[in-house]
Amino acid sequence: MNFDLSDEQVLLREAARDAFGRVRTVEAAREALEGGELPDLWPTARQAGWTGLLVDEEHGGAGLGAIDAMLVAAEAGRVLASVPLLGHLPATAVAGGGGLDDETLGKLASGELRAAYVAARPGDDVDPAWTVEPRSGRRRAPAPQVARGGDGLATVNGTVCWVPDAVGADVLVAVGVDADGPVAVAFGPGAEGVAVEAASGVYDATRPLGHVTFESACGRVLAAGEDELRRAWFLAHALIAAESLGAVEECLQRSVAYAKERYTFGRAIGSYQAIKHALTEVLRRQENTRSLLYYAGWAYEDKPEEFAAAASAARAAGGAALDFAAREVISVHGGIGATWEHDAPLFFRRAQLSRRLLGGTGDAVDRLAGELLAV
Amino acid sequence: MDLNDTPEQAAYRTEVRAWIEQNASQAPATRGRGDEEAAVAAHRAWQRRLAEAGYVGVTWPAEHGGQGKGPLQQVVINQEIARAGVPGILDAIGVGMLGPTIIAHGTDEQKQRYLAPMLHGDEVWCQLFSEPAAGSDLAGIQTRARQAEDGSWRLSGQKVWTTNAQFAAYGLLLARTDPDAHKHKGLTMFVVPMDAAGVTIRPLRQISGEPEFNEVFFDDVELAPDAAVGPVNGGWGVALTTLMFERLTIGAGSEGMGYRADRFAAAIASDPVAAKDPEVRARFGELATELLALRFTGYRLLTAISRGQIPGPEAGMGKITAVNGAIAAGDLIADVLGPEALDPESEWSYLISFLPGLKSAGGTEEILRNTVGERVLGLPPEPRLDKGIPFSELRAKERQEVAS
Repeated sequence: MNFDLSDEQVLLREAARDAFGRVRTVEAAREALEGGELPDLWPTARQAGWTGLLVDEEHGGAGLGAIDAMLVAAEAGRVLASVPLLGHLPATAVAGGGGLDDETLGKLASGELRAAYVAARPGDDVDPAWTVEPRSGRRRAPAPQVARGGDGLATVNGTVCWVPDAVGADVLVAVGVDADGPVAVAFGPGAEGVAVEAASGVYDATRPLGHVTFESACGRVLAAGEDELRRAWFLAHALIAAESLGAVEECLQRSVAYAKERYTFGRAIGSYQAIKHALTEVLRRQENTRSLLYYAGWAYEDKPEEFAAAASAARAAGGAALDFAAREVISVHGGIGATWEHDAPLFFRRAQLSRRLLGGTGDAVDRLAGELLAV
Repeated sequence: MDLNDTPEQAAYRTEVRAWIEQNASQAPATRGRGDEEAAVAAHRAWQRRLAEAGYVGVTWPAEHGGQGKGPLQQVVINQEIARAGVPGILDAIGVGMLGPTIIAHGTDEQKQRYLAPMLHGDEVWCQLFSEPAAGSDLAGIQTRARQAEDGSWRLSGQKVWTTNAQFAAYGLLLARTDPDAHKHKGLTMFVVPMDAAGVTIRPLRQISGEPEFNEVFFDDVELAPDAAVGPVNGGWGVALTTLMFERLTIGAGSEGMGYRADRFAAAIASDPVAAKDPEVRARFGELATELLALRFTGYRLLTAISRGQIPGPEAGMGKITAVNGAIAAGDLIADVLGPEALDPESEWSYLISFLPGLKSAGGTEEILRNTVGERVLGLPPEPRLDKGIPFSELRAKERQEVAS
């Protein structure tokens, strides 16, 4: 048994930490809330080879696995770096299953083209229907309707809301349904009938979202089958969970540092059990999330039938951990922690928005229950 | 990242599995109520059988009757035993924690005398550390050992939460030998024959009604001059060794505790209405997240152990996750099944009653969080009133405060 990162994976993580560390991402996150420009990290991602992380080597990718993608996502999350990998990586995982011409896939791997994943949620033991994010409310929207034509093309109709990284993407990989089940369709740059509206009222400026509408939009049918499309949905969950882990680590480190230097009643506040126990709870949740991410990474490769449960558990743990850690870092800092000038609110904003994306953490909890209870 | 056996481990697993299949008919039933003496005798025979096959104390050095193997081989045995549904050894505390302490600190004579019968289950051991007034603050124990002119010792005091004391041959006991020293400095570890004159053992019944533990009284018990394990007044270091092996045992054994999401899922899924109920699913999904995290944190811990790393205090967090996850599971299962879950014959009734006590066992949640906060996160300790003063003065001070 070896349930730890390999030396290569440790290097990948360190390289990602170094690369993000060279950019003032946290300051940029605050400035972006007031209309500032976010640093463009796509060239960084291309240079590091993250864009082709999940594409096989034959097509110019690195042929790595979910765990490697998660390690990069965790480092992005640690410093709130706005790098559109949450959209790109699941899209390339789907496109890598075939159906796309080699040239386009190669460009996705190199990052010359950037893709976004227009996700659909696989049905579960309660409701078998594939659904997508609605604009608002608890009722999920039906997945876009796909009508296959000749020549491997298809016409798609439908709307998907709150799609990460869709704005400005060159390629959209959308999951819809036809009479036989889920189908993935790829749309190239400027495809007719595809409209991407930037979501307004941005709570976390580092996480651009878009509403995507397909109106008799013509795209190319991809080869990925139901298993691959399920896997992509849970891969996106695992990446969000990984981003959360990095942010939790940062919140904990900042909380601990402040708890050692801030004194009340003649003692460092970290000496009080009320603070100490809360911070050990952050640590407990952090390590639980890490273990579940390793589980998800391992299942992605070696135990595909458990990947849905593993990624859902990681998403549930990571979302709750970040919410808890972000509230703690504010609380440990006292009133100043809730001011605009402080960094803590930026992590809090990340926590609140991330927990609601792609079905939300509540849906991940329900999915895990369904996976385990249905056996 | 690989959860599969190496070829070497796989071969070992095959061997262990075949042995258990051949010998399972000789295994006693997992312990229930009824004739305890007969059950203990059968369990003892089972340990001897396992020991003779080389499956007890596999991590002990060969010179002491062990196999000199790594902790992962122990895990393979634990997993195969759990898979076959047969009981493990009778004296897990002795073989897992107390024997290794004697190996680390005992004299050659002690190792010669005690280790082999312990391994074979001929002499079961118990751990005599906690007292009514010293649990989390273990160095605050008051059981007193005084040395006579001839070098022999006289022992008086009380221990509590003592598993297996009712049939143990020996106990490893921490006693105060110098009350005028600082509390950690005046302690010594002893081997105590449980049949010595002046030893009284009383069962301590738990919420379930079962006596899981004992309290043990020592009334002027005489111990031989060579009863001390490790240096006189150096008992705290010996105790820390035992506690380290306790963490190792818990770390290597987290799979076997039975607090598994799939086990609880089966109980809930037996009610198809519950399995589709959103509230039940939300509660179950939350606790399943915790228990899955426990399982895979356990694999991380085992990986570290197999590389020769010794688990630090953070390993104690697993106990917090396990206990609270299992409490949530018992609570949910009782909500789903209704009063039937609390029937004394139900496994859930036992689980529900057992867990409140487990919350304090092996360190309360609060003391574990203090330790992790200080040793792992590096947060400053609470101010202490017991630093730098003799234990005898500390006790007087405490009594004074209570009186005022």
